[in-house]
Amino acid sequence: MKKTYAIEVDCANCANKMEAAAKNTEGVKDASVNFMALKMKVEFDEGADEKTVMKNVLKACRKVEPDCEIEF
Amino acid sequence: MNRKQKKTLMRIIAALILLLAAAAVDIIAGPARYIRLVIYLVPYIVIGYDILIKAFKGIINGQVFDENFLMAVATVGAMALGEYREGSAVMLFYQIGELFQSIAVGRSRKNIAALMDIRPDCAYVETEGGVEECDPDEVEVGSIIVVKPGEKIPIDGVITEGNSALNTAALTGESLPVDVFEGDSVSSGSINMTGLLRIKTTKPFGESTVSKILELVENSGERKSRSENFISKFARYYTPAVCISALMLGVGVPLIRLALNMQAGLGMWIMRALTFLVISCPCALVISIPLSFFAAIGGAGSEGILIKGSNFIETLSKTKYVVFDKTGTMTKGVFEVVGIHHSKLEDRKLLEIAALAEKNSNHPIARCIVKAAQCELDDSRISDIKEISGEGIRAVIDGKEIYIGNDKLMARAKVSHKDCSSVGSVVHVAIDGEYMGHIVVADVLKKDAAAAVSALKNTGILQTVMLTGDGEAAAEAAAKELNIDKLYSRLMPEDKVKKVEELLDDKRAGSAVAFVGDGINDAPVLTRADIGIAMGALGSDAAIEAADVVLMDDNPLKISKAIRIAKKCMKIVYENIVFAIGVKLICLILGALGIANMWLAIFADVGVMVIAVLNAIRMLRREKSVYVE
Repeated sequence: MKKTYAIEVDCANCANKMEAAAKNTEGVKDASVNFMALKMKVEFDEGADEKTVMKNVLKACRKVEPDCEIEF
Repeated sequence: MNRKQKKTLMRIIAALILLLAAAAVDIIAGPARYIRLVIYLVPYIVIGYDILIKAFKGIINGQVFDENFLMAVATVGAMALGEYREGSAVMLFYQIGELFQSIAVGRSRKNIAALMDIRPDCAYVETEGGVEECDPDEVEVGSIIVVKPGEKIPIDGVITEGNSALNTAALTGESLPVDVFEGDSVSSGSINMTGLLRIKTTKPFGESTVSKILELVENSGERKSRSENFISKFARYYTPAVCISALMLGVGVPLIRLALNMQAGLGMWIMRALTFLVISCPCALVISIPLSFFAAIGGAGSEGILIKGSNFIETLSKTKYVVFDKTGTMTKGVFEVVGIHHSKLEDRKLLEIAALAEKNSNHPIARCIVKAAQCELDDSRISDIKEISGEGIRAVIDGKEIYIGNDKLMARAKVSHKDCSSVGSVVHVAIDGEYMGHIVVADVLKKDAAAAVSALKNTGILQTVMLTGDGEAAAEAAAKELNIDKLYSRLMPEDKVKKVEELLDDKRAGSAVAFVGDGINDAPVLTRADIGIAMGALGSDAAIEAADVVLMDDNPLKISKAIRIAKKCMKIVYENIVFAIGVKLICLILGALGIANMWLAIFADVGVMVIAVLNAIRMLRREKSVYVE
């Protein structure tokens, strides 16, 4: 399953870091952040629960970029 | 400016006033050391508290070496060394730079969004109870939607009522309106200009043209170019490398000096090390490179050129060989009357008679003759039509016996005909046993085809090649008119792949081969070439899938335009890489030697970033269309 989320982040480097953090989250098969479009695209592992995974993604992203936001 | 930016601006103004006041007190009164610390600390905290908090959080989360960390260490270090004014000022300028960057990025984001503003907000669906406003996503296939003048067509469909002129500029970049009538298919994203239209939808919103285009543009960020990957790799090594050098400079050099029995000069060397840290942020590159690519993709999109990823911009800019498919790419792909020769009647009259005879035939040649005649064809004038397969038609029109067809038919009618030297299919016309002349029908070249080839030459293409399944004569005539370098005719579809592969083997190192096709039957070639360009591909799923670049209208001039946009983008990218790394390296060297102070360091960080962003934004400016010199 693939889903796109709107995100809020200030700098391109932070967006790169968010991408790396999301990729390393459990339940995420692949993730990519488009800084210019302010979109995060997440491909979930099969059977993963979207809500829980996204909560963890946000938590991981907050660690690298405290004031980022993901709408899900 | 959004709320966050306004808040930062207020803080900047407040901190600036406080800093100036502190400096004034400092210079005029010359207070004691701890009072100086306090009066400079106030603006420092006002402007920098969030950076300090972020840096602290970063350290806890194991995120050392980010820009917050660098700024915190550099300014706290300066304060500790008694350089209060520099410490405060560095933080202030850093925030000014960040604000500027945030505004610039926000603005370009808005510009790009405006370029790609084709997403419809709602659809008006006709139901039994009147017209209802609906989310386009919820409209079922086969519904009737109503589109008023001035509105966007939300979903692909067929016009069931009304006619109008459509502005398709957002889709194709072509500003000339297109007239549409009942029964015509229309693409979502075009703007209805003049008349009310009722449209029966043929696709769900998710598969409509608009959705496909938006999806392509949004996904384009996923395919990163080599330069983008280079920058993220560079940033990964560069920042730690600078930090380690700073440490060596601040601690290592004094230790060595002590070992050599010299004065350690710890304060001075630590100051130099801090300068290093301020310079070290790779922001300028990290932000401006993706920005250039994004702007290029957005700008190209507004011209009707969809580029599927920034990696393709890179390849496109290296294109030195362009291979064309002939039919549908350089030619219109439909037959047209190109000449009427040796006519004993008025040309128009001859065409009219031919059209009458061919009126009920479905043969493509017949259809185009009927189309060319452009007159009312009265059925009562025709009688006794007989189609002779593979030869033509015999009919009686206005009481006269007409033969219209090829050489064989003329032989059957025992009429001696004149041969034709032009390329194309020849349709002879004989009336009552007398030869009346012939009509030449051919697949004509597109209006801009020749200009497109010369525009490619002007953009530095080494060789143009045309592949076609047509016979030599027709192919050669076309190639000559277009001034194509190399021609391969009578090719089967699989031969086209082979020819492209040969070219791929022989190409000059570092260059790329582009293949341009109309997407029908050439998906394998589109995939095989370095860059597959599909043209007029609006609505052809296979082509959109297989191609790397999709030209939404079928104007071949867009090929050179796409290459020029790619070249301009790569030029800006290289400029920024060289400029940013260059300035930073120079400042680092000057900083190590003690020539560059904190103020220059701030320029190396913030100033370079601002200039790089401004340079990247140039990509958004539409270039003037100069195709042929």
